[in-house]
Formats: sequence, C-alpha cells, structure tokens
Amino acid sequence: MIQINNVSKWYGDFQVLTDCTTSVKKGDVVVVCGPSGSGKSTLIKTINGLEPFQKGDIVLDGISVGDPKTNLPKLRSRVGMVFQNFELFPHMTVTQNLTVAQIKVLGRSEELAREKGLKYLDRVGLISQKDKFPGQLSGGQQQRVAIARGLAMDPICMLFDEPTSALDPEMVGEVLDVMVKLAQEGMTMMCVTHEMGFARKVSNRVIFMDEGKIVEDCVTTEFFGNPDARAERAKNFLSKILAY
Amino acid sequence: MFANFDFNVIERSWRYLFFDGMAFTLELTVMAMLGGIIVGTLLALCRLSSFKPVSMLAGGYVNLVRSIPLVLVIFWFYFLVPYIGAWVIGAKEPVKVGAFSSCLITFIMFEACYYCEIMRAGIQSVSRGQVSASYALGLNYWQTMGYVVLPQAFRNMTPVLLTQTVVLFQDVSLVYVLSITDFVGAASKVAQRDGRLVEMYLFVALVYSLLCYALSNLVAKLQKRIAIIR
Repeated sequence: MIQINNVSKWYGDFQVLTDCTTSVKKGDVVVVCGPSGSGKSTLIKTINGLEPFQKGDIVLDGISVGDPKTNLPKLRSRVGMVFQNFELFPHMTVTQNLTVAQIKVLGRSEELAREKGLKYLDRVGLISQKDKFPGQLSGGQQQRVAIARGLAMDPICMLFDEPTSALDPEMVGEVLDVMVKLAQEGMTMMCVTHEMGFARKVSNRVIFMDEGKIVEDCVTTEFFGNPDARAERAKNFLSKILAY
Repeated sequence: MFANFDFNVIERSWRYLFFDGMAFTLELTVMAMLGGIIVGTLLALCRLSSFKPVSMLAGGYVNLVRSIPLVLVIFWFYFLVPYIGAWVIGAKEPVKVGAFSSCLITFIMFEACYYCEIMRAGIQSVSRGQVSASYALGLNYWQTMGYVVLPQAFRNMTPVLLTQTVVLFQDVSLVYVLSITDFVGAASKVAQRDGRLVEMYLFVALVYSLLCYALSNLVAKLQKRIAIIR
C-alpha cells in the first residue's frame, strides 16, 4: 500500500533522510522508532506530502506522491494523520472538527458528516464531549478526538506522528487503547512512537532509524526477541529505552 | 472665563453636525474598515506568499504607503483618481469620481497597509501544525486559510484590528482638507460662520473622545465573547 523507494531529503546542505526504502502492506502495523533527530517524523510526513523530498519516490495506493501532477489534497484526504500536538482546530467545536473536512473535501452532506463523525467519536468514547471546544478537553481526550477526525474520512491507512509524546503519563493509556483497537480491526498503520510496549504488542514490523537512515527493518518478534542480531546503534537504543 | 462663551451655537447646529457631518464620518469609517480589512488580508496573504515576486510587490506597496503622510495620499488621490480613471477607460475628460468615492478609495488603499501588517502578525500567530493538520485532512490552500487560519487570526487580532479602526475613525477628520463636510468639516464651517471657534472645537473634541472611549469598551467586551477557549 505504501512503497518508499530510496527517498532522500535535504534542508539546505543538511541531509535529513538518506536513501530510505521500505514498504507497508495492507493491514500492516509498522512502528518507527529511533533517537531524536533521526528523521522518523520527517519520513512519516513525506508519505502524505507534508514534507517534500528531493530524491526517490513514494507510491501510495498506486499514486506517486512526489509527482508534481498528483492531486495532493485528494491523496491526503485518503490518509489519516495524527500529530504529536493533536492540532485540533481550537475555534471549532469537537463536532465541527470532525465534520469540516468531510463536508469541504469529500463533499458529504452535513447530516452524513455529522453521523459519521459522531459514530467515530463514540468509538473513542467521547460522545458526551461533542459540543465542547478542544481547549475544554484533556490532552488524552483531544488526541482521541484527533484520531476520530482522521477515521471519519474513511482513510485507507493511518499515520501517527508521536501520538503520545505530548501527553501526561496518565493519559497515554487511553490513547494507546484506541490505537490497539484500531490495529486489531485491521487498519493499516504506520506509527512513530517510543512506546515499546505498544510496538511489541500490536506491531508486526519495527523500523529503527538513525541519522536519517533506516538501520533496522524487521518483524517485531525478531526485533525484540533477538537483540544480539541487531545493529549496534539499535541495540544501544533498546538497552537504554528498555532499562526502566 | 467661560462668561463670553456661547454654547448655544451647538444647539443651533447639532442637526447639521450630526446628520451631515457625523453621518459622513461614520459611513466612511465603516466602509473603509471593511474594505481595508479585506484588501489588507489579501495583501497579508501576498506578503506571506512563498512566491517571491508576489511577496515583494505586496511588501513594497505596504512599505511605500506606510511611509507617506495620510494628508498627502488624500490630496493625491483626490486630484489623481479622475485622471487615472480617464486614462484607464480612455476618456478625454477626467472622470467625475465624487468626494465620497475618492475618500473611500484613499482610505481603503491606505488603511489596508496597516490592516495588512496586523493580519500578517495574526496569520503568523497560528501555529504551523494547524496548517499541517488542515493539509493532512485534504483541505487545499484556500480552504486552509478560510476555515482554519484566518478565523483564528481574526480572533487573535480583533483587539488590534479594532484599535486600528479607532485610529481610522480619527483619521477620517483629515478629509476636511478637501472641504468635505465630515464631522470636523461641518463643525469648522459652523465655527467660522458664527465666529465660535473655541466652543465648537471643544465640543468636537468631547464628542470624539466620548465615541472613542465607548468604542474601546466595546472592543474589550467583544474580545471576551469571541476569544478562543484555550
């Protein structure tokens, strides 16, 4: 479904991504991890064209992202994305947040959009908050609304960019619960996260990045079960992150 | 000290002052504000455009106009617009524009530059992540601006936009240099006819300060109502 071929990206002279190649099949749950500044977020943002790249190619459901002729807004509307800082629209109610893109991008009627939006809001357990503004919700609740907002567009896959990093420890669980449920329902997911418990439990592949390169790309059981076979950098990272 | 003042002059002329003078002032203020905010917002979008020629052109215009005194712009437009109009449509005679239209165009073009800078700050106050989130949902540039960025920019900038409007309201008095009957123009006509300059100008100052004070209070109230809940 997602095919990333030899993608490289520079900010000026600084190379942030070097020759990244990987793929995500339908139904896959892929976790991307690695130290800060390793290019994880940049990589995931190139997939829906939020970050342009200078070399290589990304093919999403048969459509090339880097092709200047590609209708990016249309392509993006088919890919859900969840951000570290939630990025709900603060001037809209929860319901409006859920419906605005459905109405303006997909051309759904207001009733249909509302029905869809509230269905997903119910699924993340926040139907009682439908008339509130994002600022009145806790971080965990906002992130669950953001996930519902993505799902309401009926995406073919979901991208998560450190969805729990900005949350209080107490609220990490409620967001991960939603993501686990989603993964078990067969949603194709690519997820930048440091939640190794989540990675171990639901992902079927782990990608480890360092300095803009994909250092490890292997099945989850292999990644966690056989640390001695891992690259030095990944082994180091794992031993630190799993120490506590 | 006030013994030889004659405040009856106000009673005799208030209808003219308000229905002719103040009506013109308010009408021009409101229309110039609306026009100025619309043009200013477009200018701000141009200034922030990643396409260099557009942003440089908009920036050049804004900086040029902001460095010229308003009185000069009023004079220029009043005498130039008829000729420019004639040149555009290819007429031999200067086009009759009328005092109100001429002033309106002047004020929209002038105030747009100040509103532009306010809106530019407003747009930049909306985080980059909001734009990313909007794009990620499939909204295009104009939808992102219209539904996500500008509504937040307006809310963040309401106090400053309305403060600028209070300034505009006072600036409108400068049209009296064209002998137009705005509030100050009307007052000075009456003042000179009746020889009651001090009384009249005291009254004008009082009316201006009362109105501006009321407007400022309104701004504060409005701000509370439309502020984004954070």
